[in-house]
Amino acid sequence: MWQALYNDLRGENFMIVAVAMDSRPEAPRPWIEQAQPDYLCLIDQDHLLSDLYNMVNVPQAVWIDEAGRIVRPTEIAGAYEAFRSRDLQTGEIPPEENARKVQAQANYVEAVRDWVRKGADSVHAFSPEQARAHVPLPSEDVMQAHVAFRLGQALLRRERSAEAEALFEEAKQRHPESWNIWRQCYPPNEAGLAAGPEFWERVQSLGDKRYYPLPDMAGMPK
Amino acid sequence: MTTVIYRHHETDVPRASAEGDALWLPQPALAELTGWELKPKGLCREAVCVPVPANAADQYVRGDAVNVAAFWQRLGRPVRHAADGTVWVLGDAAADRSQELQNLEAPDFVLPDLAGNPHALSEHRGKKVLLWTWASW
Repeated sequence: MWQALYNDLRGENFMIVAVAMDSRPEAPRPWIEQAQPDYLCLIDQDHLLSDLYNMVNVPQAVWIDEAGRIVRPTEIAGAYEAFRSRDLQTGEIPPEENARKVQAQANYVEAVRDWVRKGADSVHAFSPEQARAHVPLPSEDVMQAHVAFRLGQALLRRERSAEAEALFEEAKQRHPESWNIWRQCYPPNEAGLAAGPEFWERVQSLGDKRYYPLPDMAGMPK
Repeated sequence: MTTVIYRHHETDVPRASAEGDALWLPQPALAELTGWELKPKGLCREAVCVPVPANAADQYVRGDAVNVAAFWQRLGRPVRHAADGTVWVLGDAAADRSQELQNLEAPDFVLPDLAGNPHALSEHRGKKVLLWTWASW
């Protein structure tokens, strides 16, 4: 998704750090090897970034400037929930929803391009006050959830799965907003996706709440 | 062997002693792992010091060892350990994380690439960085 943009912006002091939130470290390999990206691809088995940046779903992104300061805090990076409108029989997505999905992704990519070229002058670059207002703040429960998840992963690697599973349950309860925790801990199907009936039920129970809340960004679909 | 996990570190600490909810780490190991050092004022990191409670000093410091779990709790930070005490996770407090993010300081981290080579975010200072997450699930 990002290679074309990265190619366009070579020589502009820009790096993409793409991080796979994958506790099964071999799972992202086929995707990365197929994409053959030139930008940096890292593996976050313990979901450290969820802890550090208060992330709850993928794809989420953070814009960081040359001085290591946050320009746009954690936000959904151009994904759109067209999938929720799919026809249950055919799996088809209504064309107008698909158009919004395309618009959301293209708009996000173009916003990144605009920022790389214009820096703080980009309309998409938040002022420090705006950025501060957009930071998602974690609760103590959320920080406890991250610790429980981390410990669970460490124990899973040591083959203490019963103790690990109890910790994952606790993490899910303390941080119910986290799709990262919930989907990572869900048994994957043959394609490696956490997309079983419980996933669809959980999505449905969102009601009007978005699975992918849209970023506060000009040009996004409604 | 006691393993202690903090931020992106997962370290075996040979002389650690886990006793229930107490985690005694030798001072040098604690300093290397977390940057916190025992000084006359208490346990200190940069400008911040946590004093050793006078009436319970032996629950916090024992010779060359520091009960990091007790200090962590005083700092309002989560600590969890495996039932058998062999693995510990030192977490960060919500208030500290909130302050860090609201100060717009992008927390540094070290993560491996597919080949296992570690990379730090801070290696890319001087560039604009798009930090973007995805998953195979």
